[in-house]
Amino acid sequence: MTRYHLTHLKQLEAESIHIIREVASEFSNPVMLYSIGKDSACMLWLALKAFYPAKPPFPLLHVDTTWKFQAMYEHRSEMADRFGLDLIRFVNEEGLQQNIDPFKFSGKHTTVMKTEGLKMALNKYKFDAAFGGARRDEEKSRAKERVFSFRDEHHRWDPKNQRPELWSLYNTRVNPGESIRVFPLSNWTELDVWQYIHLENIPLVPLYFAAPRPVVHRNGIWIMVDDERMKLRPGEVVEEKMVRFRTLGCYPLTGAVESEATTLPQIIQEMLLAKTSERQGRLIDNDEEGSMEEKKREGYF
Amino acid sequence: MSHHSDLIATDINAYLEQHERKELLRFITCGSVDDGKSTLIGRLLYDSKMIYEDQLAKIEKDSITHGTTGGQFDPALLTDGLKAEREQGITIDVAYRYFSTAKRKFIIADTPGHVQYTRNMATGASTADLAIILIDARHGVLEQTRRHSFIVSLLGIKHILVAINKMDLVDFSEEIYDKIRDDYHGFASRLDIPDLHFIPIAALHGDNVVDPSPRMPWYVGSTLMSFLENVYIGSDRNFEDLRFPVQYVIRPNLDYRGFAGTITSGIIRQGEDVIVLPSKRQSKVKRIVTMDGDVEEAFTPMSVTVVLEDEVDVSRGDMLVRPGNIPKTEQNFEAMVVWMHDQPMIPGKQYLFKQTTKSISGNISTLRYQIDVNTLHRAPSPGLKLNEIGRCRISLAETMIMDGYRNNRATGSFIIIDRISNATLGAGMILDRKTSEDREDHWEVEPGSSSLTPSLSKVSEDERRVRFGQSPVTILFTGLPGAGKSTLAYALERELFEAGRAATVLDGENIRLGLSRDLGFGDEERSENLRRTAEVAKLMNHAGLICILALVAPREETRRKAQELLGADQFFVIHLDAPQSVCQRRNQVAGENKAEIAEFPTQYEPPQTPDLRLDTEKQSVAECLAQVFEFLEQRQII
Repeated sequence: MTRYHLTHLKQLEAESIHIIREVASEFSNPVMLYSIGKDSACMLWLALKAFYPAKPPFPLLHVDTTWKFQAMYEHRSEMADRFGLDLIRFVNEEGLQQNIDPFKFSGKHTTVMKTEGLKMALNKYKFDAAFGGARRDEEKSRAKERVFSFRDEHHRWDPKNQRPELWSLYNTRVNPGESIRVFPLSNWTELDVWQYIHLENIPLVPLYFAAPRPVVHRNGIWIMVDDERMKLRPGEVVEEKMVRFRTLGCYPLTGAVESEATTLPQIIQEMLLAKTSERQGRLIDNDEEGSMEEKKREGYF
Repeated sequence: MSHHSDLIATDINAYLEQHERKELLRFITCGSVDDGKSTLIGRLLYDSKMIYEDQLAKIEKDSITHGTTGGQFDPALLTDGLKAEREQGITIDVAYRYFSTAKRKFIIADTPGHVQYTRNMATGASTADLAIILIDARHGVLEQTRRHSFIVSLLGIKHILVAINKMDLVDFSEEIYDKIRDDYHGFASRLDIPDLHFIPIAALHGDNVVDPSPRMPWYVGSTLMSFLENVYIGSDRNFEDLRFPVQYVIRPNLDYRGFAGTITSGIIRQGEDVIVLPSKRQSKVKRIVTMDGDVEEAFTPMSVTVVLEDEVDVSRGDMLVRPGNIPKTEQNFEAMVVWMHDQPMIPGKQYLFKQTTKSISGNISTLRYQIDVNTLHRAPSPGLKLNEIGRCRISLAETMIMDGYRNNRATGSFIIIDRISNATLGAGMILDRKTSEDREDHWEVEPGSSSLTPSLSKVSEDERRVRFGQSPVTILFTGLPGAGKSTLAYALERELFEAGRAATVLDGENIRLGLSRDLGFGDEERSENLRRTAEVAKLMNHAGLICILALVAPREETRRKAQELLGADQFFVIHLDAPQSVCQRRNQVAGENKAEIAEFPTQYEPPQTPDLRLDTEKQSVAECLAQVFEFLEQRQII
């Protein structure tokens, strides 16, 4: 191996930085979707690297369902303060008034507060490009998605009619109303993300690390009692268990796993020895076959 | 989820250290559903332990409902993606898969092999280091094998691995394997494939995929996985030619201007001289900035930020290069184009061409030929349709900084974008003239330097006219080989000489013995031959001489260009007209002009409005000469 050799992580980093800079150069009003999870943390880190010593020339957008873990909100504020970032928090106020209980209507809650909320935010600010932290290895329908994924004026993705994407030449052109979803982490795997976070010492929400937390066993998964909105059902008891979260979303929809992993290497070890994929902990995916694909056609990230 | 390693459980830190140093290899798999492509990929993922139990459970369920293995575990189901496609039982777009082993991380571009999907294969091949071409051992080398191999070599993939699959269905026969390998070698010699390997496999059962197959003891090479892990790709990168297309200018304050970009080839070092293109301003690298701290040198494919010593004007679309190693800067160039859209390519239509960090409008001025991906035959065509490939001449509104694609993938590639719909219509690979196998003409080429200016003679045209008693003109005798061009040209030269005039013949064959010895007899080469001859004639005319050209000059357009070069009142076309059969017979009888017999033009376009037409079948040389003389006198040339 010569000295002019890049490791796979450094190569992925270089490619992602290239993608992020390309968006900043060619779009007039880009935004970075920020969901506070580990993939967002990784993507944000890459954006900080891409423009160093300047700040990223675009805002972050958090589509807030108001049901995130408290620790996530704290982390969001810390990151914005520490790096002086321009952060937009968007809540679907109409949806909020409908008062959809995520404990009872998980699917509808996600559709209204997340998918609809995202579309409303994009319409309101007229963003022509939006970064998302999705990876192609996450789910089968994502394997065919482009790095620059075109959306029509209704935010719809047409899997049969995608722009061919060759070399690192990205077609960034859109007509008014149309937009592009950009996925700088497309070629990263879950392991790559974790390893990069470990190597780069990227700040993370503490929920990823195991700690004693109050949880309730419901629908076969451990749900954390994060605030007073969670009402106990008959027979349920709050237990304090050593748990952590492999993935972060709305707390009523996100299952904890019992774990002793308190460091990143331990988390990675656990992940490598795990027998189920990370989305298993999310209620939203398991409904029906091809469900993610349908959500994506409708405009889910 | 990753491959098996005891280190994961025993010493995770040691494991992580090992894995931080992995190398990335991208490859494309080419083949159709029937070749077992999805099965092979599924097998690689499965055997490298990239499948979670929940995913596996789902696939086992799917194997019963969608599988093609009669309910048995079907690895192919791991890889096919979208619902509609799953229902049709085929994959129809490029899908990317990921797996890793202790040595490397792999990205697979999984592309379908059907005839209509040249587009997808080109897309997948554009980023790949290596290609696996699957052949069904029962069927051997098929038309699609040739197609896949051609596209892969066109996109410049250096390593090809031919996996001869389904060996279990041919009794693991070494003979069959050898025959397929020899067949493949037979046609692959026409392609540009620097590194070619063969492995016999049975993907469904895993033979020679990860572990050596006990059922094929005659095969002593590496397994497919071991080959993927060990193939040397370090020398594929170009570290020679520094090319740094500026992507974005970082200006946090007035004292700092950083030029951000990805080093597409070469190495950049602090303190070294660089030149900014296209302005050609020179400066030095002051700093190479990253968030992890400044570095002394950076190399391809790193993304860095460069600060220069001097305040030179640099913006997106410019390129930093090294003095003495400068890419071409061209407005007109040749490229192989793959068309990727339902809306056909039309020569002359305005498109956007995006290359490196720059988009330039322009058009495809000429489609030289279309190439049949199955037979590699070249044929003229009015345009390119979806999935067709052709060699094109591109004309841009401004210059592009470029290299040939063979030398430099990043600076030699471009995409073509529709100006209204913004759809990506096609992709192109720039041909390097030096390595190009085809000749081309140079009618529109700009002189080598823009500082050249013509000098003026101290002897005027009129003075020469009076001295020689003639107007200096060029007369082109055009016609099929055997029409009598040379015979008549030399006879005319003699007659004019006898009459005290100054004339000379530029005979096609003489020109080809010297000035045009590098040219053949293709359309473009004939065109270039006429251009050179016409340039010589122009010099002769300036010297006051009458110049007689004896050339086939089969194309109306080329003759028109010669007329433009020399001036309409100084260039005359005389068509020596005789039926093709007569010409061919004359050539055979003469038996001397072997070159011309062999090089009979595929198509001769008779001049629509010649200045004079001579029927050389019915008229004698003397009769023809008399007519030419009459014509010259009428026009007051002599």
